[in-house]
Amino acid sequence: MTDLKELQVKNKQEVAGPAEQTRPGIVFTPEVDIFEDERQITLLADMPGVAPEDITIDLNDSVLSLTGEVKPFKDDDEKNVIVEFEIGRYARQFTLSEAIDQSKIEAKLDDGVLRLTLPKAEKAMPRQIAVTAGYPPYKVS
Amino acid sequence: MFARRLFDFPSVGWRHPFADFDRLSRQMDQLTQRMMGRPGLAWQPARVFPAINLTEDKGNFYVRAELPGFKADALEISVTGKNLTITGERKTAPEGEKIRYHRKERDAGKFSRVIGLPADVDADNVAAKMVNGILTITIPKAEKAKPRQITIN
Repeated sequence: MTDLKELQVKNKQEVAGPAEQTRPGIVFTPEVDIFEDERQITLLADMPGVAPEDITIDLNDSVLSLTGEVKPFKDDDEKNVIVEFEIGRYARQFTLSEAIDQSKIEAKLDDGVLRLTLPKAEKAMPRQIAVTAGYPPYKVS
Repeated sequence: MFARRLFDFPSVGWRHPFADFDRLSRQMDQLTQRMMGRPGLAWQPARVFPAINLTEDKGNFYVRAELPGFKADALEISVTGKNLTITGERKTAPEGEKIRYHRKERDAGKFSRVIGLPADVDADNVAAKMVNGILTITIPKAEKAKPRQITIN
C-alpha cells in the first residue's frame, strides 16, 4: 500500500481571459480532471462552496462552459483574523473535440466536486477493425 | 556647490545621497501591492495545506477551509489547548481500467495542519460541519476570553 503524499497548497488561479466579467467579483478557474474511456468522457471539477442549484453548464457548438456561484461564507458581524484564501465564482470553458450525445449528459455535485458525464455519440465510439492475415499472391516453392 | 557639480544628473536634483534608493523602494512597494494586495483584503499566502480563513465574533472563532472531495469521515479535527489540528486525506480513485487522462489537475494525498488560536477556547463545545466541500469549524471562546462590557460610573 503506497503512502499517500502530502498535499501542497495551491493558490487559486484567477481567470485571465480576454472578456471582462459583467458582474464585480473575482472569478477562479476550478481544477479539473478529464478522462475518457470507450463510451464517455468524464470531467471532475473542484468547486467548493457551490451548491447544486448554483451551477450552470452550457454546451454550445462543442464549447462546454461551467459556471458556479458561491455565496459568501461568513456573516457580517464576523471579523477577519487570518485570511488565506479568497472567495469568488468559478468559471471554465472547454472545447470538446469529440461528438457528444447532448441529450444524455449527466451532472452530479457531491461535496463540492462536480462530476460531468458526457457520453460519446454513437459514431464517435471506436470501432474495432479486424485485421486479417493477407496471403502472398505468389507461392514459394 | 562642489558636490553639485560632481552629482549633476539632469533628471533628478541631488537631494540626498540615497534619493535613488527611496524611489526604488517606493516602486518595489507598488509592485508588491499590485501583485499581492487587493483593496480591503489582508492576504497572507498559506504555507501548509489547507488554506484557512479564521474569523471571530464576540462568542466564537470560525475556521473555514476549502476541502472539495474530502469525505467527512476522512477528516479528523481536534482541539488541544489553543491549537486546532485538522488532518485528512483524499484519494482520487482510478475509475476503471482502460481510461485515458486528458488532464489531471486535482491532487490526491494527505494533510495535517495545526492552527494556533488567538485566545482560550472551550474545547468541549467545538462543532464542525462540511457543506459543499467547505469545512466550517465553530469554536466557542472560553468565558474569560469573551469581551466584557465595562460600565462607567
